[in-house]
Amino acid sequence: MAGNKPIVLQTEALTKNFGALQVTRSVSLNLPHGCRHALIGPNGAGKTTLINLITGQLKPDSGRILLGGEDITNAPVAARVRKGLTRTFQINTLFPDLTPLESVTLAVCERENVAGQFWRGLSSQQAAIDEAFDILEKLRLADVATRNTRTLAYGRQRLLEIALALATKPKVLLLDEPAAGVPKDESSMLFDVISSLPEDMSILFIEHDMDIVFRFASRIVVLVAGGVLVEDTPDGVRTDERVREVYLGQAHNG
Amino acid sequence: MTNSTLTQATARDWLRRQSRWSLPEIIFWPLLLLPFVLFPTYLPLANQIAIAALFALSVDLILGYAGIITLGHAMFFGLGAYCAALLGKNGWGEPLTGLLIAGAFAGFIGFVASFIIVRVQHLALLMITLGLGFLTLELANSLGWLTGGADGLRVPRTWPIFNYFRFDLWGYTAYGYSLAVLFVCFLLSRRLVNSSFGLALRGVRENSTRMPAIGSAYKSHQQIIYTISAAMAGLAGALLAQTTSTVALEVLSFNRSADVVVMLILGGTGRLYGAIIGAIIFLVARDQLAGINPQYWYFWIGLLLMVVVLFMPKGILGFISRLAGKRD
Repeated sequence: MAGNKPIVLQTEALTKNFGALQVTRSVSLNLPHGCRHALIGPNGAGKTTLINLITGQLKPDSGRILLGGEDITNAPVAARVRKGLTRTFQINTLFPDLTPLESVTLAVCERENVAGQFWRGLSSQQAAIDEAFDILEKLRLADVATRNTRTLAYGRQRLLEIALALATKPKVLLLDEPAAGVPKDESSMLFDVISSLPEDMSILFIEHDMDIVFRFASRIVVLVAGGVLVEDTPDGVRTDERVREVYLGQAHNG
Repeated sequence: MTNSTLTQATARDWLRRQSRWSLPEIIFWPLLLLPFVLFPTYLPLANQIAIAALFALSVDLILGYAGIITLGHAMFFGLGAYCAALLGKNGWGEPLTGLLIAGAFAGFIGFVASFIIVRVQHLALLMITLGLGFLTLELANSLGWLTGGADGLRVPRTWPIFNYFRFDLWGYTAYGYSLAVLFVCFLLSRRLVNSSFGLALRGVRENSTRMPAIGSAYKSHQQIIYTISAAMAGLAGALLAQTTSTVALEVLSFNRSADVVVMLILGGTGRLYGAIIGAIIFLVARDQLAGINPQYWYFWIGLLLMVVVLFMPKGILGFISRLAGKRD
């Protein structure tokens, strides 16, 4: 069903237990090149845990993770990012006393391996600064680029979450509820930005708003109690009886 | 500040402005020469202040910028002091090479210690630094044949600097020497904190969860700055040994580790100048208060510390810069 596109990210029977609780049950996913996949499921289904496993914040008890065919199951978080697997956080995980310009410049410098150059003035890292500003401009953050992050409006901080991830030049981008806590009118603006990301970037996003999911996802993975219940096109998911029962039935009458 | 027309060029300019020398900075340094003319009888105190300021500067690099808390940094101060003293005692009294050797030695030990330091955080980190400090102190205490134990070491007078500036009884050369070393280390620190590396350190301090998520193996950053900081603390210790010609176990004491943190908190962390201002306030207060009552002067330091922490959470410099309406 993935078409002819090569698979960039693959999980094989990923499993994780917290004590007696199985939070991830044998999850096998394939993300093809340039995909726009949504990960949905009721609260407590283990969506964020799955992202934490894929990006390395958590170690799986069993199973494998392959990025571009390479086994990264045991690679540290930063190493995965350097290979092109980046995430954003559901709860803002920013640098409160840095400006967006500084934050994104930092991410670019880390990517380019120049962050350790303590003998060179920051302002001489022109390429990094210019690239950071370009990213901020694309994400409509240019006008607040030199204000402390902590003073930015919440919606702007959500955009900065994505800007920081983009600065790592990801091949695969995992967005953990990018619009969490953002009012509905602003959240569609946020997804406009997301939909304008380069087509060759593979994106998996968690989102609760079904209108947004059906509008932006080309495929939907439904996670229930740690396991994949259904993986299908939006139309397939919409008409799936099991999905209606466990998930859409209560939250949505569509 | 309106940023509505911010462009790539103005963004670059803004970053450049962050590291530009400000007027107060340019006025500050010549003021440190005033003791030579205004208080020539206080030059030994001024020398102590310059040495404490350098020590506090070394702690600011890790505590203020990289968010590595410590209660054991006297370890590196003391290692530098003993290293310089032993060089002098064994016939090598040349100050500059002695200084560099002592700094390199403390830096090397700091590098070794950094492997433990980056593994722990918060309270565990405090305990590890405290523990390392105690270990070093007792080691020096037990190696009496080398360190003189509780009696300390008397060091022959250090040779003239550049074979020209003799160390005099009044402390002209001593203060000039310590001030020059402080200034050079300050310039290096200033360059460092205004580099991409300095930005990365602030990133670690601001949010160590996010750093790996932007691809930063930030522990190597922490190891580098810890090593540099240890070396700088070693330089400060070496200055003390060279300019006072004595070293006692006190250089390794918990008191010294705690005092330097107090100085930094008083002055304000993460702004370099806080280390210098804090050292001035602490040591001048100690000198004056001990003159009034030699037993209870810590009472007033305690009171001052509480007032600053409660009412000026970013230290005295942070308070002043907020009054001046600067970004802090």
